[in-house]
Amino acid sequence: MRIGIIGCGAVGSLFAAHAAQLDDIEVWAYDISQEHVAAINKDGLRLTGVEEVHSRPTATTDPGALPVLDFGIVATKGMYTRSAIEATAHAFAGGAVCSVQNGVGNEEIIAEYVPRVIRGTTFPAGRLIAPGLVQFDVAGATQIGPFEPKPATMDEVESLAAILSRGGMETIPLGDARGAQWTKVIFNAASNALCSLTQLPHGRAANNAEVRWVMDRIIEEGKQVAAALGIEMEKDPAVLLEESIPVALDHKPSMLQDVLNRRPTEIDQLNGGICAFGDETGIPTPMNRAAWYLVKGLEASWRLEEQ
Amino acid sequence: MMSFVGWWPELVKGPDVSLDEVCIIGAGVIGSLCAVHLAREAQVSILVRRQEHARDLNEHGLTVSGKSNFTSRVYAVTDAAELPDFSLGIVATKATQLEEAVAPLKGRFGDAAFMTIQNGIGAEQLVARYGDWPLISSVTFMSGIRHGDHHIEYELDTATWLGPYQGTSIETARDVGDLFVASGLEAEVLPDVRPAQWSKLIFNHAVNSVAAVTDLPHVALYARRGRPSDLGWLVAGLIDEGKATAAAAGVELFEDPWEMNVEAVTTGQTDSEQYAHVPSMLGDIRAGRKTEVEFITGALVGEADRLHIDVPLSRAMYQLLRARDRSYDD
Repeated sequence: MRIGIIGCGAVGSLFAAHAAQLDDIEVWAYDISQEHVAAINKDGLRLTGVEEVHSRPTATTDPGALPVLDFGIVATKGMYTRSAIEATAHAFAGGAVCSVQNGVGNEEIIAEYVPRVIRGTTFPAGRLIAPGLVQFDVAGATQIGPFEPKPATMDEVESLAAILSRGGMETIPLGDARGAQWTKVIFNAASNALCSLTQLPHGRAANNAEVRWVMDRIIEEGKQVAAALGIEMEKDPAVLLEESIPVALDHKPSMLQDVLNRRPTEIDQLNGGICAFGDETGIPTPMNRAAWYLVKGLEASWRLEEQ
Repeated sequence: MMSFVGWWPELVKGPDVSLDEVCIIGAGVIGSLCAVHLAREAQVSILVRRQEHARDLNEHGLTVSGKSNFTSRVYAVTDAAELPDFSLGIVATKATQLEEAVAPLKGRFGDAAFMTIQNGIGAEQLVARYGDWPLISSVTFMSGIRHGDHHIEYELDTATWLGPYQGTSIETARDVGDLFVASGLEAEVLPDVRPAQWSKLIFNHAVNSVAAVTDLPHVALYARRGRPSDLGWLVAGLIDEGKATAAAAGVELFEDPWEMNVEAVTTGQTDSEQYAHVPSMLGDIRAGRKTEVEFITGALVGEADRLHIDVPLSRAMYQLLRARDRSYDD
């Protein structure tokens, strides 16, 4: 069985390194970073932090080098979904492709290029600290299920979940994975956007009464959009937020890391995604919209300084 | 270097205007621009906080460059007890420093009229806490850049709008307006400043709050509403909430704040192709100072609450700005 990790950044590396520990699974990692790919092929891929893992997936920057693959796991940032799947779709002509990305809207893009799609939501987090080396910050489960408009079979979903779980990434197959996805999207829309705008780490932002007021409204709007889509939440994101404070007091969410490094953010897939589905269902989303505009404005401020 | 120490009060009286002794309270950008210009027509004393600031002004005078170019003599003190008499006091501190600056004037200068020139709303009431002086209300659109304690650049030579507030007549306001114009500043006298004050309040609320949260100077993006994620939508949303609040307060706006926004970013008032003015709240954030959020966005949200107007976007900005200000308390 062959698996391809499309986008081998922090999250992609967590999946690649774990799965490559299995003798019966061949793992390919596609990424555009020359240094990272070269380091993986030379010394293997290492995870350090909540768990130490060292394994040897085959990495490449050349999509043409990918063999025929049974499963794909897309783990790029949302703004690179289209270019990544466009380049690699040929390898999945007979396979099923799963998104483990942040936000909503990625599966829709993937479905334009491959026949069978799996909706995924993952909680583990980390950051790339050197080529071939990833800091594994937060462990957690991944939930996957068929993407309704262009679904993979439930057998495929269960097969992928079994492989990933065996490799050490706990993965739960679900008939309907939308509740899990929206729970995380709404949680992230509140946390990532507000941490980015205040430059406070997750728990400290949520502990600030002023910031929390805005977070609570972002969550409320998101829940209304999800309800209008007929999605039953896996867990109330407001409860999730409350529980996450002590666990992630000083955790810098990925978008804050992007902001601190002046990289484009995934705001279009998070708050922007909630707004898009809100428009579709006629639910007003003023607070998500404000957060979306403000992070866009923040990104624009860097371009202005570069001029 | 010329020294102006000790010239006060021997200076010959200025031209024959009724307001021939003016005191400027606070010499930041707006206070300095007022002081340097008005000193051509009146004796100008300045109340500042820092000794070095006062010493520097007394030694070198105050120089303006940019839209005006000259140096004026001024008399600066840090102790209100040393202020000479004046007939017009212009309170030009930041709104956040107003009370601290005006409190020492309590019970004094009974013959003077006072004019407030702060951003936002509520400055007049704060001054009135310390004396029953006749009050003139004003809003200014001029802007400048400080290049040190005794050099101010006159950036935007846009008008100051002023009018009677309490205990003053339109005639007093006209005298002040005439003084401004005679000294080289732009001024417009209005029977009621509230429409202008609210126009600027709403404009400032939208532009300053977005700038302070995003770190983005006031540029064309603030007026762009092409794509769904364009920042102009947020600015327009904030302005609409402000307009609904003004309407509920019975204030008919003098200018449409959205048009003010569009004009500011498209006409290139700074002579540069890309108008990239740094709004004052963003300037404060960048310098690690407290912002005037309570007098601008806070005042607007407070009015909206009082009038039962729903302003979710404005409240979100208020919360975010308070979160930023709070971080400087640590």
